[in-house]
Amino acid sequence: MGMGERHVVSRGFRGRPPAEPERLPPGQYLTRDFPVLATGPTPIDAAENWSLSIGGAVERSREWSWDELLAIPSETITVDIHCVTQWTKLDTTWTGVPVDALLAEVAPRGATHLVAHCAGGYTTNLPLADVRGGKAWIAYEYEGEPLSPPHGGPARLLVPHLYFWKSAKWVRALELLTEDHPGYWEVNGYHLRGDPWREQRYDDD
Amino acid sequence: MTEPSRRSPWTPAEVVEVRDETRAIRTLVLDVPGWPGHRAGQSVDVRLTSESGYATQRPYSLASAPEDPRLELTVERMGDGEVSPWLAREARAGDRLEIRGPGGRSFSWHVEDGGPLLLVAGGAGLVPLRAMLRHRLHQGSGLDTRLLLSVRTEEHELYAGERAEWEAAGVRVTTTYTRAGGRRVDAEMLADPAPEARPHVFVCGPTAFVEAAATHLLRAGHDTERVRTERFGGEA
Repeated sequence: MGMGERHVVSRGFRGRPPAEPERLPPGQYLTRDFPVLATGPTPIDAAENWSLSIGGAVERSREWSWDELLAIPSETITVDIHCVTQWTKLDTTWTGVPVDALLAEVAPRGATHLVAHCAGGYTTNLPLADVRGGKAWIAYEYEGEPLSPPHGGPARLLVPHLYFWKSAKWVRALELLTEDHPGYWEVNGYHLRGDPWREQRYDDD
Repeated sequence: MTEPSRRSPWTPAEVVEVRDETRAIRTLVLDVPGWPGHRAGQSVDVRLTSESGYATQRPYSLASAPEDPRLELTVERMGDGEVSPWLAREARAGDRLEIRGPGGRSFSWHVEDGGPLLLVAGGAGLVPLRAMLRHRLHQGSGLDTRLLLSVRTEEHELYAGERAEWEAAGVRVTTTYTRAGGRRVDAEMLADPAPEARPHVFVCGPTAFVEAAATHLLRAGHDTERVRTERFGGEA
């Protein structure tokens, strides 16, 4: 979307330009509600026998039970989130465990990427660097309440600096890899990384 | 699934006709030169630009089948919407806008994918399912197909004039009215076709409607991969 691109004008359309346009990545619009995006049903068993495991290219793979996850010191953060379907929601507040704390226990070994695996079969891939250094969490509260199932409860990955399809709902495992391996949407033509500020929606963006 | 469809960049589209479906819902018939084609059920991004150069974009389901000569959008006017009031009230023949797509491939169906087909719509959720029904008609398919439609009242029904054509082609249509003590979609209404028949199931509607219907379907034993969903509106 270069500055020189000519748009077609729609007669009589005025719209509502946002108050803080600098907080909107290109091609996004502001929403106040919280749309639910998923290609399939909300799993009915996502909380049953819940555990989170991290394995693959690590020194020692590990599994956390729900109680073990809650025992890890949590963080509460307020961030803007950006969905590839073009909505952006400002100032959302989440509580969860930093992915850094989990990775410290498994000690990645030669890993460059990871794939998140979810209840219901969804997967998404990420560069390891995008979940380290205070940029990603396993989130289990939204706005001070337990995360609801349609939004990924009991726990979802939260990587707010990337398009929200990377913040995998109902996450159950992180598989560390020594190379990139496309997930569900990435196989279907979506971008491998998905930086909203570079408008990396599709694989040819 | 056949080979991936191509995606167009932003492409000018001209409104050639508008049709009121209900008081708040209107169909726009569009001429889009160079449209790469789509699968029934897919969506497009719509971009509107003002005289002053402000632009914004939203995704909408396509109401038309791949075989239809023109693209059709059926849009519900949302009171607090930014784009839908222009599409569903302001736009008239000769107006122009921009289209990019198609997208939303996971919510699409082709007769080669087979059946049975169970289509479950809440209100304007009928829009992408109508594209599938029209595709089935164009293809002369007799695949076992059931449409379960949930609407507030008769006045809220979309495409009422096409119902007879669908039924004549063997589509079993069940409509439930929810207003004033009506019945909402429940497990009993969703029992046919049974999970053992391994139907392709498409559920589209407001978020709360889709959550309820999809949960009934999973509890009944449908495979999660066979239940495709599309939700609109937010969840508090």
